[in-house]
Amino acid sequence: MSGTLCIDGIAVPFSDGQTIIEAARTAGVYIPYLCHRLGYAPYGSCKLCTVKVNGRTNTACTMPAADGQTVISNSPDLQHDRQRITQMLFVEGNHFCPSCEKSGNCQLQAVAYHQNMLDNHYPHFYAQREMDASHPDILIDHDRCIFCNLCVRASKEKDGKEVFGIAGRGIHKRLVINSPSGKLKDSEISVNDEAAHVCPTGAILVKRSAYLAPIGERIYDGHPISEVACEKAVIRAGEASGYPSCDPTKLTDAPQQNGGPDSHYAATMPPAPDIKHGR
Amino acid sequence: MRHGDATQRPSNSTMNSFIESVLAEADYKPERLLPILRAVQAQYLHIPQAAIEQLAAALHIPRTQIIAVAEFYSFLHLTPQGRYDIHISDSITDRMLGKEKLLNYLAEKLRVKVGEVRADGLVSLNNTSCTGMCDQGPAGLVNGYALTRLDHARIDVIAKLIEQQAPLSDWPPEFFAVEEPIRKPGLLLNQPFENGAAITATFARGLTETLAEVDSSNLRGRGGAGFKTALKWRTCAQQTTTPHYVICNADEGEPGTFKDRMLLDLYADQVFEGMTLCAAIIGSVQGLLYLRAEYLFLYEQLQRVLKRRRDSGLLGRNILGHSGFDFDIEIRMGAGAYICGEASAQIESLEGKPGIPRVKPPNSVICGYQRKPTVVDNVETFFAATHIAVQGGPWFAEVGTAQSTGSKLLSISGDCARPGIYEYPFGTSIEEILRDCGADDVLGVQVGGPSGTFISNRELQRRIAFEDLSTAGSFMVFNNSRSIFDIVQNFTDFFAHESCGFCTPCRVGTTLLKNQLRKIIEGNGAAVDLEELNEICLVVKNNSHCGLGDSAANPILSTLASHPELYLKQLKQSNFTPGFDLDATLAVARRMAQRDDDAAHLSQVEN
Repeated sequence: MSGTLCIDGIAVPFSDGQTIIEAARTAGVYIPYLCHRLGYAPYGSCKLCTVKVNGRTNTACTMPAADGQTVISNSPDLQHDRQRITQMLFVEGNHFCPSCEKSGNCQLQAVAYHQNMLDNHYPHFYAQREMDASHPDILIDHDRCIFCNLCVRASKEKDGKEVFGIAGRGIHKRLVINSPSGKLKDSEISVNDEAAHVCPTGAILVKRSAYLAPIGERIYDGHPISEVACEKAVIRAGEASGYPSCDPTKLTDAPQQNGGPDSHYAATMPPAPDIKHGR
Repeated sequence: MRHGDATQRPSNSTMNSFIESVLAEADYKPERLLPILRAVQAQYLHIPQAAIEQLAAALHIPRTQIIAVAEFYSFLHLTPQGRYDIHISDSITDRMLGKEKLLNYLAEKLRVKVGEVRADGLVSLNNTSCTGMCDQGPAGLVNGYALTRLDHARIDVIAKLIEQQAPLSDWPPEFFAVEEPIRKPGLLLNQPFENGAAITATFARGLTETLAEVDSSNLRGRGGAGFKTALKWRTCAQQTTTPHYVICNADEGEPGTFKDRMLLDLYADQVFEGMTLCAAIIGSVQGLLYLRAEYLFLYEQLQRVLKRRRDSGLLGRNILGHSGFDFDIEIRMGAGAYICGEASAQIESLEGKPGIPRVKPPNSVICGYQRKPTVVDNVETFFAATHIAVQGGPWFAEVGTAQSTGSKLLSISGDCARPGIYEYPFGTSIEEILRDCGADDVLGVQVGGPSGTFISNRELQRRIAFEDLSTAGSFMVFNNSRSIFDIVQNFTDFFAHESCGFCTPCRVGTTLLKNQLRKIIEGNGAAVDLEELNEICLVVKNNSHCGLGDSAANPILSTLASHPELYLKQLKQSNFTPGFDLDATLAVARRMAQRDDDAAHLSQVEN
């Protein structure tokens, strides 16, 4: 089935089997996400891509696109909640961007910029998590894991190995390794596996590659994630509005200007989500 | 009764052959991982590393799946528990019956800290979520078996029996007695029934015609969500993918609910018969009963009921002589996880995985157990369907309201003279129910458990109905001596404990809610903290993956609405209060500097 859906007032075509998030991305409309990746089984855990589909809440990365759908993504309420969800990820683990070798290449950091996240907002959990540096080529810094499940899916679906799993319940979730010792060195992973490169944060890193790209020349240094994530490498937010707009009377919630906050890049920044009481 | 034997370290070959026998009993099916791990836990008091290796190889599943399951369920452990593993029910109703004092007394008597295993490995003690004995609490579990009506005298005896290492079979049977106090039977509980009558009626009338009767009865799911049963069955019947499955959801985990316990204890035939006629209608040969771990005491007797039904031709091949109608039921036990009451989480659990709710669409009626079309219904729904099959749809639809037909079983507990099971036509007012159960001086009622609604004494004219107060059956009464904060805190802690952790807003948000609520209740909150509490509630409610996250903030939201003055009174008249203990934060620094003088301590900032 193919057809057209309406996202924030923009008519977006989709092809057979596409989810809302992929239809949007192909059309240059960015919906934030962390646990999603093109070509991977949809998962839907980070909840950043929460949108209203015909008035009902759903995740854009799991919801199949359907003809005539009305999707609200860029509303003040949804953007506010996305900022809060990002902040939840920051306080749950231990994320120190200034000293992290993934800085500039990190999707979590880039999404935080996109959501105009200026502080952690919530009290820190100070999680105590151990590092696994046992493997000669790959490092796991559990402090930075956000349980997006991408490494689990990469290892299973792409590498055919099942090196990773997520165990624990509730706030005690943890990434576990499929090896007799529980250490990465005793697992089947190799540095050429997709699972070694798929982490959207700095939790799984390839050793001795941290500064091959210097600060300033990294993925999100020049362009915000809203541009990078869309299929054509750089689609300026304004160009996306080249798609015909759809009937605004169908919208149940007024969209903001297309393109999202991206406050530290764009002059056309919509009002920042209301931060009532910074600490 | 099963009783772990870990007095000495098992040799590898002993464990090897034990696990081999468990695997054989489970037919080497990876979907039976939960029963397999339950057996290993019962034998070795934990899931040993060697067992994980052996199971992973034999079942062709990754180790990580076994670890994930062992860590997900409350009654499975990767480290050894005591030979007597005791859990005390931490439902608010148990607390109202003096549970906290009893727990401390028990810990003192047994010389073990709550949450720990005694050094000699004899006993471990912990809290657990509601065990479904609110009408006869304070309650608990020992090696999985229900203990009721705990008091100081019983704890003295229990402590002595444990020190003597007496097997559970030598304990006084009254300690394990579970009563089923049916205080007010109604439409269904009063209905006489003969085994096989519903199956006979179904075939005599015709399968399509019987589905039409279920349709005209307007029966809606009794688990709380209220989806129309006939629509679910018809949708499943129409699926061309085969096989189809029938699952009876007996994971009655909502604190304060125990009516399914009573149905399975006293009316199991009528529940199994409902599953059987559903199987005839949707075209299924395999049924599963997912029984919550806390109801282990029912397991053997339910197996006997199933055997009797097989022996009398009510299950098995060509049921009651209807050529080609084959159906059987397997009982699978849970292992302690409230979330498995959610249908798709239950299906994951039945497949041998952590109980994490699936992404929808697709719905489980289209893509359920083993990715096949599946009907999952509550115990009470099948029980009602049995009687509708015999009596017809209009008989049922005459009772109740237009949108909520028939009757509802309520589990009533808390501050009332007559706790127990009550059956009411839908549309009955809270006021009338409170009169019947002997509740006076009422502060409020929690209808539908923690995920339901708190009704203050100003709203007692409201009614039990899908269009007003929807409930899976929990009905907890509080009198004016109770503190609303005790109730809300117990419920909020419960959700944080039971969150599966799959999605960010629920995983992190329920813990944030727990901490933020504590901050305010303990008098450390300022005005902004109350705003913040409300905001976290909305983020969790509006963005979570499933019903748990959707309702986790309800206790706070509904009492913020009904009793705002209570919260306001707790607030500090201060502009700033740290969200953490300054002095405790310095503990590491003090340890490193080897200092403990006055100057190495900080007091909280006050202004």
